[in-house]
Amino acid sequence: MILDGKCPTGPIEQTWDKHRFDLKLVNPANKRKYNIIMVGTGLAGGAAAATLGELGYNVQAFCYQDSPRRAHSIAAQGGINAAKAYPNDGDSIYRLFYDTIKGGDFRAREADVWRLAQVSNNIIDQCVAQGVPFARDYAGYLDNRSFGGAQVSRTFFARGQTGQQLLLGAYSALSRQIKAGTVKMYSRREMLDLVVVDGVAKGITVRNLVTGELESYAADAVCLATGGYVNVFYLSTNAMGCSVTANWKAHKKGAFFANPCYTQIHPTCIPQAGDYQSKLTLMSESLRNDGRCWVPKKKEDLGKHPNEIPEEDRDYYLERKYPSFGNLAPRDIASRAAKEQCDDGRGVGPGGRGVYLDFATAIKRVGEDTIRERYGNLFEMYEKITDENGYKRPMRMYPAPHYAMGGLWVDYNLMSNIPGLFVLGEANFSVHGANRLGASALMQGLADGYFVIPYTIGGYLATVKPAGTATDNPEFKKSVEDVKAYRDKLLSVGGKKTVSEFMRELGGLMWENCGMARSKASLETNLKKIPALREEFWKNVKVTGSGADLNQDLENAGRTADFLEFGELLCRDALHREESCGGHFRVEHQTDDGEAMRNDADFCYVGAWESKGEGKEPELHKEPLKFDNVHLAVRSYK
Amino acid sequence: MSDHKTMTLTLIVWRQKGPNDPGKFETYTAKGITEHHSFLEMLDVVNEDLIHSGKEPIVFDHDCREGICGMCSQVINGMPHGGQDRTTVCQLHMRKFKDGDTIYIEPWRARAFPIVKDLIVDRSALDTVVQAGAYVSCHTGGVPDGNAVLIPKPAADEAMDAAECVGCGACVAGCPNGAAMLFTGAKVSQYALLPQGKPEAAARVKNLVDAMAKCGFGNCTNHYECQVACPKGINVKFIARMNREFIKAQFA
Repeated sequence: MILDGKCPTGPIEQTWDKHRFDLKLVNPANKRKYNIIMVGTGLAGGAAAATLGELGYNVQAFCYQDSPRRAHSIAAQGGINAAKAYPNDGDSIYRLFYDTIKGGDFRAREADVWRLAQVSNNIIDQCVAQGVPFARDYAGYLDNRSFGGAQVSRTFFARGQTGQQLLLGAYSALSRQIKAGTVKMYSRREMLDLVVVDGVAKGITVRNLVTGELESYAADAVCLATGGYVNVFYLSTNAMGCSVTANWKAHKKGAFFANPCYTQIHPTCIPQAGDYQSKLTLMSESLRNDGRCWVPKKKEDLGKHPNEIPEEDRDYYLERKYPSFGNLAPRDIASRAAKEQCDDGRGVGPGGRGVYLDFATAIKRVGEDTIRERYGNLFEMYEKITDENGYKRPMRMYPAPHYAMGGLWVDYNLMSNIPGLFVLGEANFSVHGANRLGASALMQGLADGYFVIPYTIGGYLATVKPAGTATDNPEFKKSVEDVKAYRDKLLSVGGKKTVSEFMRELGGLMWENCGMARSKASLETNLKKIPALREEFWKNVKVTGSGADLNQDLENAGRTADFLEFGELLCRDALHREESCGGHFRVEHQTDDGEAMRNDADFCYVGAWESKGEGKEPELHKEPLKFDNVHLAVRSYK
Repeated sequence: MSDHKTMTLTLIVWRQKGPNDPGKFETYTAKGITEHHSFLEMLDVVNEDLIHSGKEPIVFDHDCREGICGMCSQVINGMPHGGQDRTTVCQLHMRKFKDGDTIYIEPWRARAFPIVKDLIVDRSALDTVVQAGAYVSCHTGGVPDGNAVLIPKPAADEAMDAAECVGCGACVAGCPNGAAMLFTGAKVSQYALLPQGKPEAAARVKNLVDAMAKCGFGNCTNHYECQVACPKGINVKFIARMNREFIKAQFA
């Protein structure tokens, strides 16, 4: 099937304005007759629930944490992009659009990216109005900093906690609507099934994580804002509870999964210290404004204290390879470069998996106090984890899985191929192509939540009768029974291996064979080993406790079971995509000097997978990508 | 990968089946712990052992494990988050302990935070306080340009100091009165310091203080334990500011 993204046509500058006018409206008196389900309350879900509530819809919002304020958007450190051009350095909506298309290695839709760039400025205004304390200069104006993949300063920030402040802004707007009664909040709930009635999304089945009860909720539209899936690598920068579960359940009910192989490996994370480790910690990309990445030139220097290695024996590999962007090369490129040095046997620290991020030059230039003012909280965090002082010796860094560019397929209205199912934020695939630029995730989450879905969902709801389906529909009962049977199956295996043992094993396979470098052989290995591991899981997993209680072991078991299915799809997508682009690097497709080589003739499309049921191969559908404004070109940061 | 010396520790952990069940301390041994384990990774090791021996693991709240989501919440040796300066439980590392140590682990204890199970408590009272008015009542869209209203840097910086609160509730757990004054004071101050928050300042402080009392939080008697317990170092001066705002509001 050739998929249609339903993108508006005509001059790109007019697409969103024209489309907004063309969308049907729901009149204010009728809005309160419609129910909307919002799963996830991060930047996308929280902003959307608040805004839809304000508009007068009845919203039911769900999150697995104890409060909507804890969604993992909160962990974003560095900032949020907008095309305000306050620094007068040549930025514009068009340049943000251009940088995002190019940064994504020409694998995103032009119209979606244009809209993102256009509404980016509204986001900053909105957050300021909410009381988000962005950094300001001494005259009281908003301050900006630089980020990777751009040559202008367009990143707004609140110290090293921008995600936290933006999320708390959305949470405050959401709290206001909860108080007003337009949003009903259900926390400590995990979505375990999508209910589809006559081909249309009409509700969800969730598990109450405190009582264990399975609950049904019906609505006229269901929105998933459930984040990304890079915990499939087990060790990632994601929170422990982040999973593919909601998206995967929707996929199994018919929603297409687009570009799952586009995963972002962030270049600067604290390296793994041991096998017991539960997660990896990111250090903001903003550090690369002043930090210089290097490894020893000579292998015999590896055992030495870094400060004893003379300048001429250091290889500042990013500055050497990419002189015009230097240490601010985009994430995919910086990560691969770090891996290359370590593969060459010149990695530092335990296991040789690390590169230095050195602030000595910057400290000499501007002084330690200035560096402390800029990044103090990050140096402190580094020291808490590693017991090393980043001012005195270079930090050790290694890339780690961080973000999913792939996600459920959506059209320009953010609606999936299942009518009535909308997907927002990181959970969808839409704007980042094959690589996301820094400070763009916060922008997308809030764009989708505040300024896209409130319009586009109206266009859909205007075409359906309100409250058309209630939870007494037999599909809801069937869904609860299916979820119950699946849960009981997990609890009854009674094997010998723990859930985390399986998850670590899967993560190891994904990282080794489908991580920063992928080959036909490594992917084929995974396509054999993952199904075998899954089979073993269902024979030999040990899940304690009962279903009728708060049971974290059971929660993890369910998420792991879904990752064991999803990991295979990710590898399948990576195997089919015979090119290298952005975060997807196939070793067979590289230039002589090791750069990614795209194949626009054969792969300039969105690959969206349809589930055909258990034990059957999924089917690939394609949505061709057209570039009318930014011309397809080899991406260069040299 | 680790070639470090390992530690063996005795853990005395609060176990409680549900809100209405009596709880009690159970003793466990944590073996093979290195200085690089985080406190929660140490508990992961203990839980894996429990699962292997067919016992139910200790449940505890945690999510981001990088000190920002505010989910983790344990009283360790009598101190919320373990007592390391400006550190959440998830960022506390085992190098702060010695081989052979005995460690007591309990949930937050406060009237407004009923225990759900083991180390997990119900902190929804903090959400209720926020819902009472810790926001600017602006709609999405129709707001002025971000630079239309200038904010002096000192005010923006101080608002940010207050806004760093992660909502973990350690201040409540650390307070002998179970008060949420630091949490609420930080919220009131953030908005009172910014021009965007000023029009609603009087109503906000009254509504938040009222909500605190209704949720069962205690009052402030200047122990300052909250500031010591706070993993983000929120200063008690924000309680003073809230009191000032509250008095001002009586005349508004």
